[in-house]
Amino acid sequence: MIAESVLVLFGIGLGSALLLALASRLLYVYEDPRVARVEQCLAGANCGACGYPGCPGAAQAVVAGKAGANVCVVGGPASAKAVAEIMGLTVEEREPERAWVDCTGGRRAEAVYRYEGVADCRAQHLFHNGAKMCPEGCLGLGSCVAACQFDAIRMGPDNYPVVDPERCVACGGCAQACPRGVISILSMSARLTHLNETSDCLAPCRQKCPGQIDIPRYIQQLRRGDVAGAVLTIKERNPLLLVCGRVCPRPCETACRRNHVDSPVAINMLKRYAADWEMNSGARLHIPCAPDTKRRVAVVGGGPAGLSCAYFLRRLGHSPTIFESMPLLGGQLRYGIPEYRLPKAVLDWEIEGILELGVEVRTGLRFGRDIGLESLRAEGFEAVFLGIGAWLSSAMRVEGEDSEGVMAGTEFLTRVGLGADTGLGKKVVVVGGGNTAIDAARTSVRLGAEATIMYRRSRQEMPANDEEVLGAEQEGVKFMFLAAPTRVLTGPSGRAEALEYVQMKLGEPDASGRRRPEPVPGSETTIQADTIIAAIGQKPELACLYLPDQTCPLEETKWRTLAADPDTLQTSLPDVFTAGDMFTGPNLVIGAVGGGRRAARSIHQFLTQGAVTRPDKLQRDMIPYTLFSNVQDVRPRQRAETPHLCHGRERTCTFAEIEGPLNADQALAESCRCLHCGLTCYDRDPEPGAA
Amino acid sequence: MEYFLLIIAAIFVNNIVLAQYLGNCPFLGCSRATGTAVGMGGAVIFVVTLATAITWLVQKRLLEPMGLEYLQTIAFILVIAALVQFVEMFLKKVLPPLYRALGIFLPLITTNCAVLGIAIICQRKEYGLLKSVVFAAASAAGFMLALVLMAAIRERLDTARVPRALRGMPIGLILAGLMSLAFFAFSGMIA
Repeated sequence: MIAESVLVLFGIGLGSALLLALASRLLYVYEDPRVARVEQCLAGANCGACGYPGCPGAAQAVVAGKAGANVCVVGGPASAKAVAEIMGLTVEEREPERAWVDCTGGRRAEAVYRYEGVADCRAQHLFHNGAKMCPEGCLGLGSCVAACQFDAIRMGPDNYPVVDPERCVACGGCAQACPRGVISILSMSARLTHLNETSDCLAPCRQKCPGQIDIPRYIQQLRRGDVAGAVLTIKERNPLLLVCGRVCPRPCETACRRNHVDSPVAINMLKRYAADWEMNSGARLHIPCAPDTKRRVAVVGGGPAGLSCAYFLRRLGHSPTIFESMPLLGGQLRYGIPEYRLPKAVLDWEIEGILELGVEVRTGLRFGRDIGLESLRAEGFEAVFLGIGAWLSSAMRVEGEDSEGVMAGTEFLTRVGLGADTGLGKKVVVVGGGNTAIDAARTSVRLGAEATIMYRRSRQEMPANDEEVLGAEQEGVKFMFLAAPTRVLTGPSGRAEALEYVQMKLGEPDASGRRRPEPVPGSETTIQADTIIAAIGQKPELACLYLPDQTCPLEETKWRTLAADPDTLQTSLPDVFTAGDMFTGPNLVIGAVGGGRRAARSIHQFLTQGAVTRPDKLQRDMIPYTLFSNVQDVRPRQRAETPHLCHGRERTCTFAEIEGPLNADQALAESCRCLHCGLTCYDRDPEPGAA
Repeated sequence: MEYFLLIIAAIFVNNIVLAQYLGNCPFLGCSRATGTAVGMGGAVIFVVTLATAITWLVQKRLLEPMGLEYLQTIAFILVIAALVQFVEMFLKKVLPPLYRALGIFLPLITTNCAVLGIAIICQRKEYGLLKSVVFAAASAAGFMLALVLMAAIRERLDTARVPRALRGMPIGLILAGLMSLAFFAFSGMIA
């Protein structure tokens, strides 16, 4: 009986074994032995960050040729090299990515209610979209910390997650766990090309800045003493921080929540402090650039828009070439802004830093004469950026305008900038109320003339910055308000001798909200003037776009600017992009810088993806619920005052720089005034002197 | 009607997991996510049905004629293990999509007591071949039902506040106990 049962079991076993042996022959499926070897080289974390189902899936994809050698984000370059050796591939250089936390609110954000028993952000999010007033911010329950397999996220002291960049492998687990989209996995290129979206943590200043600089972040870095970090934060949005730190009219400060308590944070002085710190430190900070793509882009115009566009294209890995008609780069920064506001040495240092990244420059080439769209395309440029600015001065449209002694504001400032003879007389009348008019008047004073500004509206309506108007008054510039020129009176030599003008009165408000000036009949008067400078507006010179047979391949607007999509800045030709004054008409430097970056983003997408995309939640206007009518629990604190470098005769007779930088103590004190706002939250009652 | 009652009884009244306590290992191990639970359940239905048919033949054609009924357990284990291996190879070659869906679960079933249990129950109750196969499929469906229910509850459990000492397996066992109690409501419905 024992023998029988043993035999039967042995028989069943043998039968099964034979059957399986036969089956393994008949049903054999070939599996590449390299799959197992490749899998050995991967990290084995099965994190899924590569997009394949675990490491075995990734290994199969590599062998099947669907994935590159650098498929494993956790293993990094070592893994990529090992895989490449097995597969006989070369490793493609890939830009590293890191988790990026956008929220700054955390504990400060006001709670709607507290639902006891929910210990997970995702569950919390199901109840009224979370328990915080801020619809976008962190819920602070740490689902991302639990999701991270690499121990790279912890909850910071303010109860929002802090990423350890050394440990983060960009697997994306945290971003998937977060129901609010607070965490995203971004490469540097993605950060550089990101446009403000309404779901970002946008403090009012960040919404207002045309350059979309992350202002709270860099002020926070200054507060911690990390000036280099602050410079790099600014440079992710603005390569011209020395320039903007000096000349920016600071739209951001008008949006500052401190306006409801005392006066806005001196944001621009802090930017200048950081920028000057880098210049005076003696060494440039290293600016990382994405791996080279060898894609060539022509940037026409070396002004702020062109410099910004070239800078961002270079950082995105492309090879831009700037074409400039003037002998030196800088555009209106060099030839429009006088030395006493922006010293040329400072501008040169800043431009040099941009060019050192690997931007090629060809000067003395004028678009429409020496180069054109066709010649650029023929030379192998895959996209063209047009940023030639707005250099054409508007005419006063009065009799005698063409006489000797009458010139345009930009022309005058350009000649001063070039060091050429200006033919300036002793009594100068500047017509206009913008910054160009003020610059022209203050420059005339420094050249030894007596300057008067004639403006057809009153002081409140002047578009020039308040500080500039004040500075001009202090330097002895006279102002004539409610006066408009009617005729230039010339002497026997044909040279201007006087200007006839008419008194104006303010009538009904027009479309721009300003009251429309109307002439008072019979009030004509004359004023002695041997030089008349017309600074009443500029527009782009679009004639260069016209081909010899009088056609223009690009569309223009009724304001005589280049037409383009306002979000993507793509013109009617898909490979031509624009930004700056050429697109917007005369505008701020920071507007041109921001436009240059947006154009660089579009060009980057055009080159790499073939089409330009537009984010759905693009922030265009201020987000209404972030605008407060008052802020509570904030003590008033004295705003830093602009230090002046020179006074008296030195100021009015030389072109020495007037405004100076803050010192370290002032900068620290000013950075502590920042409320570090999020969309709805802000620091209540910061500790005095807290660092 | 007889088969209808047989199916209802196998799924609800005598649920293989919750009333007979068989197959607890995959019940707790593969119930973290509903997707996995469905895959595992599918694999179990597939294997159990096939295994019951084969073991029925082994019992009736091999063991009983030779008077070796006492070898039932060990013979069934051998046959089922070989069968699962064979099925795995067969699917990989002939039906790759099904292999990708069920593949990783198949080895887990090789030594599963639910599979063996169902095969033996059929013999004890002396069902015919067709009845055995229907009973096996229904019992496996009951297993799948329990598994999917458990996974759905555990997915919600992930976001609940569970005392630290009870997190993971302990709360899973408590949950299994409660589900078992709930399924006792069916007992006696079908004699």
